[in-house]
Order: sequence, then structure tokens, then C-alpha cells
Amino acid sequence: MGLNSALVGRVYRSPDTYEVGREKIREFRAAVGAPGGDDAPPTFPIVLAMKAQEAAVLDPELGFDFSRVIHRDQSFRHTRPVRPGDVLTVEVRVTRVETLGANDLVALRSDIRTAGGEDVCTATTTLITWADTP
Amino acid sequence: MTTPTAPLPDVSHAPGARLPERRFALTRADLVRYAGASGDFNPIHYDERAAGALGLPGVIAHGMLTMGLAATAVTGWFGPSAQVAEFETRFARPVVVPPGEGVELAVSGRVDAVLDGSRVRVVLTALCGGERVLARARAVVVTGR
Repeated sequence: MGLNSALVGRVYRSPDTYEVGREKIREFRAAVGAPGGDDAPPTFPIVLAMKAQEAAVLDPELGFDFSRVIHRDQSFRHTRPVRPGDVLTVEVRVTRVETLGANDLVALRSDIRTAGGEDVCTATTTLITWADTP
Repeated sequence: MTTPTAPLPDVSHAPGARLPERRFALTRADLVRYAGASGDFNPIHYDERAAGALGLPGVIAHGMLTMGLAATAVTGWFGPSAQVAEFETRFARPVVVPPGEGVELAVSGRVDAVLDGSRVRVVLTALCGGERVLARARAVVVTGR
């Protein structure tokens, strides 16, 4: 099954919202060694983004072998920090689909907004299938 | 990864200023904790056999855990009133975390540019076993000064 570059530009919107819990932020802070504070640490949006990205990376039309995937690049652009009580949506867009030698590469942009439409964060993720000889 | 909350270092934010190294101990328990906190249960982060099946030399840390620790170093340098506006990296090399005592990640930084009055761009270096595990790691911080 080959990688389908025709999926560049496809957008995945989940009907679900993500409600940010104070304890979830604390749990995440503990996991990255970040001291207290109410706002979520800068990489917290990956929790929502990764969940939302599943719709894209597992899309059978994409033909991506998710069992061999590793994370290659990640970026975050924050309009404001994620805060407890935020009710957020994620819109995932396929921005790049490419085969590089023996490796398949997929890049996704995840726009995170409040349910009211306020921009919070844009996360971009590049995933690549891992070959035994990097 | 229990790191004591040290008082804020009195770091200069001038271009070229070096930001002091932060060291993070990483064990398998930290990987499990991050898996639970993030929801990323990819078995290459806890199962030797799954990692080996991918041709990896052993269980590896989540790239996002390494990036999360680097973010913790950044916020440590600039203090709680600072905000990270942008943060990006490439995961250059897997961080292999053996059972038992694990490994140590060392994160240091340098102020690359002052973009305007309160925003600075920081370039980060993350080393594990003397090798760079992050490449092109950069953050833009609104310092709150």
C-alpha cells in the first residue's frame, strides 16, 4: 500500500471538544518536571493535537504505516497559554505527504481554538516511518 | 525527574548570553509517567521488543518528553511571568533509556536575538551521552520584563 499524496490539504475536524482539567495540567507538569502554575506548559497542546491527528494518520486512504512511525519535527505557535477550563477544538490539516528514500513522511498542522473560535495554538507535527538504517 | 525548584538564575537576556545548563534524569518510570500524562502509549516507549522490532537499540523516550523537558528549562531560565510564544525542534536522535538508572539529558541555551523589547529568541542544545538529540531547537519567549 503506497502513500497517497492526494491527501495533502485534507482537513479533519472532530465533533468532540477537549475540556482542559486542572489536574490534567498538574499531571503533565509533573511528567515534564515543570514547577507549579495554573497555565499549561508550552508542549501541553500535543495531548489534544496527537489525539486529533489519529484521524489523519490512521485514515486508510493515506496509506501510512503508523506502526513504524517516529516523530521527526514538532513546532508550537502559541497565541496564549492553554488554561484550566478551556474547551478546545482541534482542526487537523495534512500539509505534506512525501516518500524520502525508504521512508514515508507526513506533516500535519493542528489548529487549536476555543469552542468560541478564539485561536490558542497551532502545532505542526512531522512523522516519518523509521527504517532500520537511519 | 524530580528537580528541585531552584531560585531563578540571574541570567542576562542580551544576545549571545548563555543560559545555564539544566540536567534531567530520565528513567523508565519517567517514560511511563509521560505516557500516562500525554496519552501517548506507543509501545516503543516501554517495551523492549516493540522498540527492537523497529530497529531501535532499545526503549526510547518520547520525543515530546525531551521537548517538554527542554521547555521546562526555558521557563526556568525566564521565570513564571514569561511565556513561550514559539517553540520548535527536530528530533535528531532517539534518546535510549536503559532499565535501572536510565540516562541524563542536559539542556543548555543561548540568547540568539532580541526581537523587540520583550521578545527574545533562544537556541537550545540538548545532549544525551554527549550526543545532540535535538536539532534546530528554538524558542521565542515573551520575557515579561
